Amino acid sequence: MAQIFHRSTNFISRFSLFSAVFLVGLGLVGVLGLARSPYSTNQNVVRAQPVQFSHKHHVGDDGLDCRYCHTSVETSAVAGIPPTKTCMNCHSVLYADAPYLEPIRESFRTNQSIQWVKVHRLPDFVYFNHSIHVNKGVGCSTCHGSVNQMPLMFQASPLLMEWCLDCHRNPEKVLRATKEDVFDMNWKAPEDQAKLGKQFAIERKIRTTAELTSCSTCHR
Amino acid sequence: MSAGQPPMDSPEIQRLTPVLGPGHTYASVTDKISAIVLTRRTSVGWYIGFLLAFSIFGVMNIAIGYLFMKGTGIWGINIPIGWGFAIVNFVWWIGIGHAGTLISAILFLLNQKWRTSINRFAEAMTLFAVACAGIFPLIHTGRPWYAFWMFPYPSVMGIWPQFRSPLIWDVFAVSTYGTVSLLFWFVGLIPDLATLRDRSTSKPKQIIYGMLALGWRGSARHWQRYQSAYLLLAGLATPLVLSVHTVVSFDFSVAIVPGWHTTIFPPYFVAGAIYSGFAMVLTIAIPLRKAYGLEDFITMRHLENMAKVMLATGLIVAYGYFFEFFMSLYSGNKFDVFLVQQRLHGPYAPFYYALILCNILIPQLLWFQRMRTNVVVLFIMSIIVNVGMWLERFVIIVISLTRDFMPSAWGRYSPTFWDWATLIGTMGMFVMLIFLFVRVLPAISIAEMRELVTETSEEHK
Repeated sequence: MAQIFHRSTNFISRFSLFSAVFLVGLGLVGVLGLARSPYSTNQNVVRAQPVQFSHKHHVGDDGLDCRYCHTSVETSAVAGIPPTKTCMNCHSVLYADAPYLEPIRESFRTNQSIQWVKVHRLPDFVYFNHSIHVNKGVGCSTCHGSVNQMPLMFQASPLLMEWCLDCHRNPEKVLRATKEDVFDMNWKAPEDQAKLGKQFAIERKIRTTAELTSCSTCHR
Repeated sequence: MSAGQPPMDSPEIQRLTPVLGPGHTYASVTDKISAIVLTRRTSVGWYIGFLLAFSIFGVMNIAIGYLFMKGTGIWGINIPIGWGFAIVNFVWWIGIGHAGTLISAILFLLNQKWRTSINRFAEAMTLFAVACAGIFPLIHTGRPWYAFWMFPYPSVMGIWPQFRSPLIWDVFAVSTYGTVSLLFWFVGLIPDLATLRDRSTSKPKQIIYGMLALGWRGSARHWQRYQSAYLLLAGLATPLVLSVHTVVSFDFSVAIVPGWHTTIFPPYFVAGAIYSGFAMVLTIAIPLRKAYGLEDFITMRHLENMAKVMLATGLIVAYGYFFEFFMSLYSGNKFDVFLVQQRLHGPYAPFYYALILCNILIPQLLWFQRMRTNVVVLFIMSIIVNVGMWLERFVIIVISLTRDFMPSAWGRYSPTFWDWATLIGTMGMFVMLIFLFVRVLPAISIAEMRELVTETSEEHK
């Protein structure tokens, strides 16, 4: 009786078995990598805005405090997008005729808000509160990156749940000493951060990891 | 398991009701089994049966498709009854899937010869039942496309599944069981696939069976490895027979709901699973041996032994019911006592009485040999037992959930059209898979039957 299979089938079958295992593993790594990549998180992606507002210029060069515009960050869940009036505090005088700023003046004249494009979008099922983070000593740049070096705003962090939990499991590594530090864009963790952070966590009555990572802490 | 041991194995009775009809040789056994797959013309009955089952399978697909569109609101479930048909059907199917491994692994280790001609299709039945069972936990999650969240993998959420939850234990128990059963079934098939390869006349069949046979040549070394692999898998599968339904019972007994929170659940669930599994093997074996003239291979002895296993496990189940009842009253816990009252007098009491009738009272007929050897009685009995086992899960789930601690949280449950369509649809899928299996694979193990030829011929000398 003639052979059904060629001799090479022995090799092909073994090779395909091993490569199947390899390909499944590779596929898994690929999918998990893609889920964490900027392609899916929008990390580092610059958004087009109605006016190309530069945080680098206003914060880095001019030295404006975050709270000058984001007024409610210490007292409310949202940091707040400034009204056009805040812009006009300066721009009624500075660059008052610049064509670049015409949308600002138009908004001021017509009393229509500028439709800023939201950069940091959290899912609707997440309850996030800025004030608790700021008041317990989590700095702006911990999540938003070095805003003073961003000509155009982008999302510096992945905003994935594993990223949130990374801090909620170890809050001491990001806690800063004073309010000035919280709003300091150039803050670097001191060498004894591990010790200091633990101390701040106790002083500020930061809740236990079990409480901070409980489902209903964020998903209410 | 112990059923049918001492008296049945006495040579006298064995001659009367052998595990293999007399006069068979290696060739006749091989011819007869492989002919079903290779040479016999596919009967009209097969086509009709397959088409019927296939259309019911279509109903299941429509029901699930509609569910994906609309969500679980199309079912009869609503708080407080979050677990309706989906979980009833899951537990029922997974229970049915227990006989295959029991027959193939435990009876193999116990050297029970009568397992030989029924193990192959019992294992196939197990796989198909597990497939049917697996559908329900998936689709009852509301967002089934996230079902992979139940597996532990480094997700972007930075959390693992809740390993303290019995529902996650279920995932592992059922997937392990499915995998081991599949491997066991496939390893057992290899020599037979090689037989089919060698007997096929057309090139495509030779290639397909040849690939599945993994280059089996039947050399002594092959057999030696095959035997040890089979023995190892039997050893691996044996604890699974006990563990899977134990874990399924934890879904209930770990919760504090009255009627669920009892320690008797694991053993009584396992016994119930084997009970319904053997009933399903009978439901399949009886038409199968008739349709393909396999009365020589699946003899009265097989049917009678299965009936005895059913009787034994049925009695364990009855014991479970009794002690569930007794412990509730003995505990003095008012919620447990109330639940017993609800089973006896509540709105779902007819289901409870039907369950007692199907699972305890009617199967007592199996004490009589005349009943155990009557094919029609056995067939009807097997269906009654499976209805009873389905009712058992319905009673456990629905009565407890509709009547828990606070009267303000009580509710009622009634299944909708889509509940029924999904349940009956999975039956269609099950039957369809059985039809396909019988048509393309040897429903009885050829290699093991050949061994039996030698063994029985020695006995007859």
